[in-house]
This record gives sequence, structure tokens and C-alpha cells, in this order.
Amino acid sequence: MSKLYSGAEIVFKCMEDQNVDHIFGYPGGAVLPIYDELQNFKSIKHILVRHEQGAGHAAEGYARSSGKPGVILVTSGPGATNVVTALTDAYMDSIPLVCISGQVPTHLIGTDAFQECDTTGITRPCTKHNWLVKDINDLAETIHKAFEVATTGRPGPVLVDIPKDIQFQKTKYKKPKKEKKLNGKSHNHFNQNSIDELIDLMSKSSKPIFYTGGGVINSGPKASELLRELVYATGFPITSTLQGLGSFPGDDNQFLGMLGMHGTYEANNAMHDCDLMINIGARFDDRITGKIDEFSPKSKKVHIDIDPSSINKNVKVDLAIVGDVKTVLSSTLKSLKQKKSKFLKSNKQKTSKWWEKIQKWRSVRSLDYIGSEETIKPQYAIERLYELTKDKDSYITTEVGQHQMWAAQHYKFNKPNRWMTSGGLGTMGYGLPAAVGVQVAHPKKLVIDIAGEASVLMTIQEMSTAVQYKLPIKIFILNNQYMGMVRQWQELLHDKNYSESYTAALPDFVKLAEAYNCVGIRAKSPEELDDKIIEMLNTDKPVIFDCMVDKVENCFPMIPSGKPHNQMILGPKDQENKRITGKGKSLV
Amino acid sequence: MPKSKSAYSFSNKKEKLDTHIIVVWVDNEAGVLARVVGLFSGRGYNIESLAVAQVDEKLKISRITIVTTGTPQVVNQIKLQLRKLVPVHKVADFKREDKAVIFKEMALFKIVGSNNKLEGAMKACKKYNPILLDKTKKSNVIQITALRREIDKMSNDLKKFGLVSVSRTGAVAMTRGADIFK
Repeated sequence: MSKLYSGAEIVFKCMEDQNVDHIFGYPGGAVLPIYDELQNFKSIKHILVRHEQGAGHAAEGYARSSGKPGVILVTSGPGATNVVTALTDAYMDSIPLVCISGQVPTHLIGTDAFQECDTTGITRPCTKHNWLVKDINDLAETIHKAFEVATTGRPGPVLVDIPKDIQFQKTKYKKPKKEKKLNGKSHNHFNQNSIDELIDLMSKSSKPIFYTGGGVINSGPKASELLRELVYATGFPITSTLQGLGSFPGDDNQFLGMLGMHGTYEANNAMHDCDLMINIGARFDDRITGKIDEFSPKSKKVHIDIDPSSINKNVKVDLAIVGDVKTVLSSTLKSLKQKKSKFLKSNKQKTSKWWEKIQKWRSVRSLDYIGSEETIKPQYAIERLYELTKDKDSYITTEVGQHQMWAAQHYKFNKPNRWMTSGGLGTMGYGLPAAVGVQVAHPKKLVIDIAGEASVLMTIQEMSTAVQYKLPIKIFILNNQYMGMVRQWQELLHDKNYSESYTAALPDFVKLAEAYNCVGIRAKSPEELDDKIIEMLNTDKPVIFDCMVDKVENCFPMIPSGKPHNQMILGPKDQENKRITGKGKSLV
Repeated sequence: MPKSKSAYSFSNKKEKLDTHIIVVWVDNEAGVLARVVGLFSGRGYNIESLAVAQVDEKLKISRITIVTTGTPQVVNQIKLQLRKLVPVHKVADFKREDKAVIFKEMALFKIVGSNNKLEGAMKACKKYNPILLDKTKKSNVIQITALRREIDKMSNDLKKFGLVSVSRTGAVAMTRGADIFK
């Protein structure tokens, strides 16, 4: 007879078989039996966070930087509700997470027991799937399935709710099944005809553009390699969404920069004027398309996506290829080599006028800003940070707001999985715990959270986690004392009525760092900035860097409310002419 | 409508609303109905009627029939989202006017009144093969199966015969002919 294991042991047996090295969690009454077993499984390291939301974002950072699913362990009730923001964030940005939550014992479910909540009910709309395990004999199978659902197809979060009595009960352990089958749902639904059609469209186009997104990153590093190969083989220009940054080198000449609301002038104009748009792993998000009726009116649109429900959701496309980016790109390259081995040569002529036009847009230099010798311009701070760290293979996380957009605009990424930011949900407080997770996955690498002072205060308690585990993360705060993006919109849309967007009584971040027993550094002027950044980089401890920047700088370029791609605001001068008035105010 | 000035795009086109009957085959497990229904409520769409029951005891498969109204784009999105749910096996979508599909609802009417009225009620239902399920001196319970609009009409017509209570199922659907939906 094979050995009997308790439910708590089975949780860890499953994790061992799923190659889990780290879990992020916080103990509590309904998960105590699981925490009791933790010491018996040496290969699994538990990272104790300070708030369950932090556990969720740390697991996201871990997953995005390593390609492995992030694992979370929380207790019932408030433990589970605190993690909801992170689950929703992961759901929006397609990040694989497995959340194990404790639940009150089966016989107490539905009695309003202490720390009880309807966890599967609350998390149903923010997970790919969730389970309440009511029979110990289903536990192992359910956890294995949870890992499979989280990591296959379009990745996303899942949750397994385990009542406390189930954690004590004993049964045999079941290994994961080998077969990969989800009700017969396979992920590649394209055939050679679609690939041929794509190549045909590509060879006919004189104004093409690749528009790539997080799907390329999620498909694995190989997908980024193939993407580079395809872009170089075709000579086409390429732009990327916020989530796709790093899949193609940010400093390459064929890269037009990020597109969308705060994207570059050349990327957005090229999207608007192109005759062929090839969307690879992006989802026509509303921050990307601007006014949907006038979105890229003259182009044929191709959409490559693993998720059939993304196709034709926001924008109707002419050719849909449902499949994993890596597989689709590899088929495309194979066919391209067979059929049009001299594609680049034959097409150079055809796209030369297009490139001329792009160069003209480029010459506008839309990311330029007015420099200053007295105050640190936030863009300048990011530029210097990039210059001083670009040789280090650094990992960047961000919070949400102006600093996030400046980071996306001015920090150039050359590799996938180096850029972790909350795009879909836009969660302030994401970056610090995410940096914790990234550093856990990559202990030797440089991990920087480019932050705003308002965002970072939402999860600042995780500094304590960083200190406990000696995670030398760098929190680089662009401190303008405002919720910058809120202030910017109030300036542009609400007649400069800065209602509640100024944070009075901010903490002294240097003293705060000291209180957490890490290092605080402050930079006040442009001339001392480089030295201070170098001091930060040379510190082998967690650092809070308080970078005092210009308080009223705005983030440009910007597609103003209700405008299509080709009507961007470029800078302080331009914006006088294109004020946003009337109904637009309520709809930004 | 004034010109959109929003970064959130919205369409000026008024899209036509169609009534769809969506049939979903699912694993009969806890929470599955909430998952399916959540895709409608999460988009602010009302469900006109809903019928659900296990249809395969061995495989534990339930069949859910949902009648809803929506624009083609939203109905299509809901269908694609339904297919992504782990416990969902297949999804069919029919328009109400589809001639190749049979739609039926069942209704129970309780009539209270004199003999005259009870007989009148039975007579009024004649077209729909009424079945008398319960009879007392003062009351009848009548069962009919018919289309939604026919039951709507009967619920109205029977008022004058002393209708005191109506209970009705949601629509169920099945294709005509030898073929089954795959």
C-alpha cells in the first residue's frame, strides 16, 4: 500500500512536482496546517511578505521575469480578499499565477465563520479558473490542473481554495498526468493557407508595420528571437505596446518606439498611415487605438493571437491567425525563406518611400523635453539611469503614472522579460513588490523599481520583505509630490483644478529607508544626479532613492481625448491649440 | 450625438440588437452556472430566460439554454469567452427566427373560479395541447408547452378565467432533422 499524505503535504508534493522553488505568502488561521509542513520541503523557499497584495505582485514580478508561474499562499477571508487586486492585475496582463488560499473547515462554510469569505465567488471574474476543494481525493489532481490552466494558452491567474479540514485529511498522492488536454482545447488553430496569405500581404505592402505586444514575451524568449529574425528579414518598421517592450531591441533603427496614448509621434503616425498592420500578440487596447472609428483607416489588418476571443473584439481584422506567437512566427519564417528568399532585396525599393516618411516623423523628436540646470527633469533622470545601467542587464519594474510612461519612453530594453509594469489594470503599488519577486528570481541581477512617490506608498511595507531576505532592490522614486498623471489630466481637462492630487505630509524617504534598515539617497539637482545614481548602484542593500524632480512636468507626446493617432499633442507649445473641452472631459 | 472627444473610444453607430438562444454543454460541477451567467452580467446584459439540467448522468454533462439580447459583436464575444471556460465543452448559438431549430417553453397555470371559468380556461388553451395536472372543485392546474410569445399571450388571455399563478420554464432548444450540433 502506498503512503498516505495529509492535504497539507499534498500541496507541497504537488509544488515539488511542478518545479516550484519559491512561494510568496502570509500565514493565518486557515492555512496553518500548510505552514506547519513547510519545513519538511526544503526545496521550496517561502518569502514572507507584509501584505497579501504584495505577495500577488511579487509572484507576478517573479513570473514575468522568469517565465515560470508565480505561486501565492494566503489565508482565508482578508488574506484572500487582499490578493484580489493582484489576481485581477495578472488576469489583465496575462501573467501565470497559482494562488493557494486557505478556507474555513468544510462544515463551517456558509455560516459566516471567523475569517470566512466566498473566495471562489469573489475571484471568479478575475481568474482563468478557480476551485474549492471539498474532497481530499481531488486535491492533487486539482492543483496539477491549476498549474496547467495557469500556464497554457493565454496565461493567467488561477486559485485553489482549500478548507482547513481537507488540509488535515489523508490520502494517496497522485502525480501529474502527462497528457496536455483541456477539453480538447489546443492552442494552434491556423493552417498553411493563412501563413501564405500573410506572406502575400507582406509582399504586396508598401507601407507595412509590425505592432507587437505582451504575447511575444509570454510565448517565451524563442518568440523574441524569431520576431527579430522576421523583422530583419522583411526590413519592416516595428512598434511595440507597453507590455511588449524588450521583445525587439529598443535601440534598433527599425524600432519606432512605443505606440499609443504616450507613444512616439513616428509610431502612432505610422500606425495611422500604414497599408498593412501585423499585430503580433497585442490586443487593440483602448490606450493603443485612440478613437476607434478613425483607427488606421487605410490598412489591411492581420492579428496573430493565441486567444480566439481577442480577435475582432475591438477592431475588425482582415486575417486572423489563432496560435502561439512562437509557432506562427516559425511557420511564417519557414515559408518566407522557401517562397521569397530575397524578400528584403525585392521589398527595399517598395518600402523606401515609407521609410522616408517615417524619418520625417522621427525628425520631430517627440520625446524631447526642455532641459533644466536647476531642477531635475524626470525624463533626464530616466535617461541618466538608463545610461548608467545599460551595460548591466537590469530588470525594471514600475508603479503606475507619469513615471511609468517616462520609463517606457526613455529606458531602452533589448531583451524580453526585463520590463515588468502593470498595463491593463494600472495598479499603483505594483512596482515595489514586483521588484521583490524579480530579485528573488534573479538574485545576482540589478533590479530597479522606477516609482512615483504616491504609488510607492501604497505598498511601501514590502521594503521590510526586501530587507529580511537581503534583496538589494533599488526603489528609484521620481518625487514630484503630486499624483503626476492625475495632476496632468486635471491641468489639461479640468482647468487646473488640482483636486486632491497634491500629497501634503509626505514622509522623508531617506529617513524612511533608514527606519526599514536599508539605505536612503536623495538627489536634488541635475549636477549631483549621476554621482548619486552611481552611489545607489554601488550599494549592495535595498535602496530608496528620492529623486526630487520638477513638480509640474507633463508627459508628452500624448494622444488627447477622442483623437486619432495622427493628431497628437507634442509639447507645452503645441498643447495650447488643442485644448480638450466639453464632453471629452468626462470620458478620458 | 456630439463628436467623441474621449480617449475611451465609443461608437456612434447604433448596432442592431438580436435575440439569441445560446446553448452551452458544461461539466455539472459547483459554480459552473455562475461562471456562465457571469459573462452576461459582467457586460451588463440581461438574461431573458434560462433552462439548465443534467442531460448525461454518466459523463455528468449539463445543458444550459440561455435566451439573451445583444449586438452581434457582444454575442460573439460572449460565445468566444464561453468556449474558454474550463468546464465548457461546446457552445451553440441560434437566432430566435431560425427555422431549423425548435424552441419550446413549458408553463403551469393555476386557475381559481367557477366551473364555467375552469372550462373556459381549458378551452382557451386547446391549441397548445393542455394537460390537466390537478383539479379541485374550485381550481385547475393546467400545463402547456409552446413558444414564448404564445405563453405570453395565454398568460394574458387566461386572466379573465381566474388565473392566479403562472410558473414557466426558460426556453429549451433542439435542431430539427437527424443532425445534432457538434
